[in-house]
Amino acid sequence: MKIRIKFQKQGALKFIGHLDVMRYFQKMNRRAKLDVRYTEGFSPHQEMSLANPLSLGMTSSSEYADIEFLSWPSRQELIDRLNAVNVPELWVLDARMLPEKAKNAMSITVAADYTLKFREGYKPEDIDAWYEKFFEYTAQPEIIVTKQTKTNSVEVDLKAQIHELERRGNDLFMKIDTGSHSNLKPELLLSSFYASMGQEFNELMFEMNRDELYGEEDGKLKALLDYGYDF
Amino acid sequence: MRKPALSDEILLSVEKPARYIGGEYNSYNKNPDDYPVKVAFCFPDVYEIGTANLGMQIIYEQFNRRDDAMCDRVYSPWFDLDKIMREKDIPLFAVESQRPVKDFDFLLITLSYEMCYTNVLQVLDLSKIPLHAVDRTEEHPIVIGGGACAYNPEPIADFFDVFYMGESETQYDHMVEVYKDCLEKKLSRKEILEQLAEIPGLYVPQFYEVTYHEDGTLKSFEPVNPHAKARIRKEACREMTPDLPYSIHPIVPYDRGMMDRVTMEAMRGCIRGCRFCQAGMIYRPTRNRDCEYVKKSIIEMLESTGYDEVSISSLSTSDYTDFKEVMDFLIPYCSERKINIGVPSLRIDAFSLELMGKIQEVNKSSLTFAPEAGSQRLRNIINKGLTEEEILNGAKQAFEGGWNKVKLYFMLGQPFETEDDVKAIPILADKIARVYYETVPKEQRHGKCQIQSSTSFFVPKPFTPFQWAPMCDAETFSRKAYLVKDTMREQLNRKSLSYHYHEEKQTELEGVFARGDRKLCAAIEEAYKRGCIYDAWGEYMKFDIWMQVFEEMGITLEFYNYRERSVDELLPWDFIDIGVTKNYLKREWERARQGIVTPNCREKCSGCGAAVFGGGICRENKN
Repeated sequence: MKIRIKFQKQGALKFIGHLDVMRYFQKMNRRAKLDVRYTEGFSPHQEMSLANPLSLGMTSSSEYADIEFLSWPSRQELIDRLNAVNVPELWVLDARMLPEKAKNAMSITVAADYTLKFREGYKPEDIDAWYEKFFEYTAQPEIIVTKQTKTNSVEVDLKAQIHELERRGNDLFMKIDTGSHSNLKPELLLSSFYASMGQEFNELMFEMNRDELYGEEDGKLKALLDYGYDF
Repeated sequence: MRKPALSDEILLSVEKPARYIGGEYNSYNKNPDDYPVKVAFCFPDVYEIGTANLGMQIIYEQFNRRDDAMCDRVYSPWFDLDKIMREKDIPLFAVESQRPVKDFDFLLITLSYEMCYTNVLQVLDLSKIPLHAVDRTEEHPIVIGGGACAYNPEPIADFFDVFYMGESETQYDHMVEVYKDCLEKKLSRKEILEQLAEIPGLYVPQFYEVTYHEDGTLKSFEPVNPHAKARIRKEACREMTPDLPYSIHPIVPYDRGMMDRVTMEAMRGCIRGCRFCQAGMIYRPTRNRDCEYVKKSIIEMLESTGYDEVSISSLSTSDYTDFKEVMDFLIPYCSERKINIGVPSLRIDAFSLELMGKIQEVNKSSLTFAPEAGSQRLRNIINKGLTEEEILNGAKQAFEGGWNKVKLYFMLGQPFETEDDVKAIPILADKIARVYYETVPKEQRHGKCQIQSSTSFFVPKPFTPFQWAPMCDAETFSRKAYLVKDTMREQLNRKSLSYHYHEEKQTELEGVFARGDRKLCAAIEEAYKRGCIYDAWGEYMKFDIWMQVFEEMGITLEFYNYRERSVDELLPWDFIDIGVTKNYLKREWERARQGIVTPNCREKCSGCGAAVFGGGICRENKN
């Protein structure tokens, strides 16, 4: 059975790449002596996949791994056994059993929440003015940006990829498209905003955290964890 | 939360930031404030190389299992970070606590290969520790060198307060006790060094005076401090008992690194006595680890890390007495858990082939032989107890067992090598290919066999019977490599043969450092100041700068590399007593000249001197 595991990626582990997290999980599963299913063939490996890769340097409070098990303990025991052999920065937060034929986290993801905090030393002097300008820019009916791909360039409307933008205290909250069919990176929206003012966006300006990942069901966003059930 | 030494800005701007953040699973994260003795332990190369080092893992465990000491790791920052640290004046830090190296009591530097010497200076420099030991004060850590290259510490003697000749297991705990005592008595730096100089195996270079003859050879080497020993006897464990520290819970780096597996050292030392091999002499006597301990430890290491590969390591694993028993246990355990087993350094015989057939059932990769020399004559000279018959027989059995790829390792430039010996390399490769075509019927072949030969260039090392031998110059090396290449083209099965050889330039430098003396310290410092660093990474080695510095300082390759040393010459490392005696080495040098093979320790004791340690194979033989 496939179990979806929710974990965080905090602290210095934001500098660990996607593939290294994958390898870390495989080792953690073995340390926890979990009965993970292996692929057949010459070099068997664990049947597991991670949801959308997180950019290097970004933290997350909501990452997902889908893992196939041959047998499994209860939800709480699974979480406890993993955390007993885990580092705090990658703490396992929750787990759900997925229904048979459920698609993996990577393929169903359509949106994500991000919280962007001004990094120390990068906060604009007049933060209200900054937000005013930003929301003015994002209030336009469309935000057309030319994206350079390997072979050609395409025009995308960023506006259509935004679900929600909100100022929360000094932080900027974004609910935006994420996934294989439509993907907006927070830094792309910001760099287009800065470009509109004739300035260059410095990616170090914000400490970014991914708060949640969503799929879509009946026209509504649904957190990836909610696709499964307790066990 | 520990405070990172580097800002996010810096970490995001360098390649592989994971090298610098620490926090790996199984790493000790002891707060330095809570321990009286703080040890920073450095591998002077980039993180991925350093984390693969087994010796370092053992010593890390040894210090951290104490409740009065803590040990953090330090690695060389890569070029990109090195530059930033200099520009922004950021001191080098330890990965666990992220504290500056300068705040530790000790900086231990492991010297695994000679080509790391400029990186040693980089580490000291970035740590803001004066390069010269005599310029340091009570504020600075005590800098200790250890590892294989400590057996000739003279080329870097100026940069170290102390060298330790020997195995960490016997004296490092004692050293911590002595040091604590010194702290209590509030001794000065010099007094502390004097106390350390009294500890067996510890050598404090500044307490010795060196004079030279006019021709540059050593005239005298004398202690000038009453605490300093005239001779430093290597320290070795009598037996590899289970109470010794071992990295049962090794650190699991996030990146794949050089080594994505756990390593069990089954045996220390080697019974073979190949005359070119330094490890084979300095790690004598051969000592086995207890079979039950090995089995139990492997399981614990696998379970505590989650690795899916284990490697049984030693200088010659086929000679490990309990090898079969360990493998019989390990094979079913690992196959059930989809864990790979790696066994480097195996001799190719019926048993090892059967074993390899079992552990790489589906994916029969290549088989490796290390004949080291192409002709039987030269193999006898170097005391490689391997006959052509054994090689061809092993190959035949391997081909019958389904292998069709063979890798052969040779050395060029060994003493007394003739043109025929060089040509014998491709001829041997061709003979092996012939065996394949004779053994495997056409219909069972999957294409050609692949016989890959590679050669490295021989560097004479201290404490080997070849320590007196002349080393070839770069031009001779190239000529020999071309001779192999050209002769290979003439062979019947040339299309099944391939050949690869290593850079000769790096070898020349390695030769100078390996048998160098204190006069080299200034040259190494100067080369470092002119930008030499990461010399072990061929592509970054600035050979021209090195040669320029050598020329300016009157250091010649003729003196250090090309001349044959007289057996009566006082050698820079003669003050070290590794157990194996100079007389034995002289005897072996003479036997090499005559092409006489010396039996291995298990067949017959040759009285090398290692029996003074009172354990291992030397005792086994007496029972």
